[in-house]
Amino acid sequence: MDIKFHGVEYRYAAGTPFERLAITDVTFHIPSGEYVAVIGHTGSGKSTVLQHLNVLLQPLRGKIEVGSRTIAAGRKEKNLKEVRRRIGIVFQFPEHQLFEETVEKDICFGPMNFGVSEEEAKKRAREAIHLVGLPSSVLERSPFDLSGGQMRRVAIAGVLAMKPDVLVLDEPTAGLDPRGRREIMELFYSLKKENSLTCVLVTHSMEDAARYADRLIVMHKGRVVKTGTPRELFRNRDSLTALGLDVPETVRLQYMFEEKLGQPLPHLCLTPEELAQEIALFRGERP
Amino acid sequence: MMEKMILGRYLPGDSVVHRMDPRAKLLFIFGFVLIVFLANNVLTYALLSLFTLVVILLSKVRIAFLMAGLKPVIFLILFTFLIHVFFTKEGEVLAQLGFLSIYKGGIIKGAFISLRFLLLIFVTSLLTLTTPPISVTDGIESLFGPLKRVKVPVHELALMISISLRFIPTLLDETDKIMKAQMARGADFTSGSVSSRVKAVIPLLIPLFVSAFKRAEELAVAMEARGYRGGEGRTKYRVLAWHLRDTAALFVLAALASALVGLRS
Repeated sequence: MDIKFHGVEYRYAAGTPFERLAITDVTFHIPSGEYVAVIGHTGSGKSTVLQHLNVLLQPLRGKIEVGSRTIAAGRKEKNLKEVRRRIGIVFQFPEHQLFEETVEKDICFGPMNFGVSEEEAKKRAREAIHLVGLPSSVLERSPFDLSGGQMRRVAIAGVLAMKPDVLVLDEPTAGLDPRGRREIMELFYSLKKENSLTCVLVTHSMEDAARYADRLIVMHKGRVVKTGTPRELFRNRDSLTALGLDVPETVRLQYMFEEKLGQPLPHLCLTPEELAQEIALFRGERP
Repeated sequence: MMEKMILGRYLPGDSVVHRMDPRAKLLFIFGFVLIVFLANNVLTYALLSLFTLVVILLSKVRIAFLMAGLKPVIFLILFTFLIHVFFTKEGEVLAQLGFLSIYKGGIIKGAFISLRFLLLIFVTSLLTLTTPPISVTDGIESLFGPLKRVKVPVHELALMISISLRFIPTLLDETDKIMKAQMARGADFTSGSVSSRVKAVIPLLIPLFVSAFKRAEELAVAMEARGYRGGEGRTKYRVLAWHLRDTAALFVLAALASALVGLRS
């Protein structure tokens, strides 16, 4: 599903003395099937952009196209269920949205709101719980008895069970241990590949952005300041540090390596594996 | 959707009213609330309205903003007005609607009562608009200080007030977040029958309670970790200072009160 933003602007508490510009003149296009990472400093407007994706916020100026649906400023939008079903958002700390008596019921909440039968929803719940790497026995337990990491997985399962076409992820791994982070990010990546989903990842982690995203959208003070592939953007470290961001650790290591060496390596490497290979090649070793 | 709440919010600024000692403001408002009831004719109400207007202008709070704050209570005011219009039987009859008759006295009384409401709301909302909540609590704690002698836990009560005030915006933010998360999962808070709407609140309330309890526990641990043990021997970071202008404000109020007593019929 294609997503297009045309000059979108949003202000919080518009019309009161507390009015605050959140985003302005935001224009971008996310083609169907792309994995896009939105990066930016805290308060750059990333989360505001994300809430526009399924019309939790409506633009005050500009318009948004989500698939065949157009959301324009200043219009009362109705029948948002279809848009919301097709765009699954995993919010920051999604475990805060759990409320049901059992994990199964909580996972079924989303699908059933969108008109899926109870039987089908339960089937989806079983599938989803396996996808996130938890045993089916968890389904019968109360979500509040689980550990933090398990709760996070259950909440994610609740979004996956909606079978969205677009997965929107707002720092989905914040506060998880390194292994959990890796597992969850790999899960989203493989889901995206298998079901040709569109993925929008909002993140602070340049490592995740470099590893998974096809394209990056860089936000600063409510505006889109750069877009490009990770390789294009991370080549120019100074322009990122000027925005309060940095390049991934691997790229930093490569730069250090090149400095010591006095000459650049032929390719910019985004993951440790790539860099290891590149260095091996450089030393004349076969990988 | 929660950001439109105006009642009880602090509007930072720099005016005579902002700079007043919170104790003076509290006393002033308490006094004002009492003397509003002294007014009973056109002249006294005009005096009170003028006085309120001057206070509002001094505070530099936009009148449009105060008006916006009236929204939640406008129905209450209208309702009282209508009650008076229909049920006061004084003066000449102005109109006859079936078994209801409208008297001139009713209109006047309704107008007066509504005006009284408006004045009270304006002045009391000025308190919260121009005073940070923490200062309000400091003021309350200081004013009720003497009650400590009779073993009223004044400090603890003030702390409770300030903690609850402090967490109102936090909880509102939290509500907004959870609402959005559930709406993204297809929950509908705004349409459907009454019973379905009541049901729709459950996915909102439970997470909200869970997080509020968690927050309370974390706060308690954090306070104990920093050595909090009640008000005993505790010094203050913000020391209240009573200025000449605070005394002056109370004198102005006293003058207003005597003028009202003189002019009322």
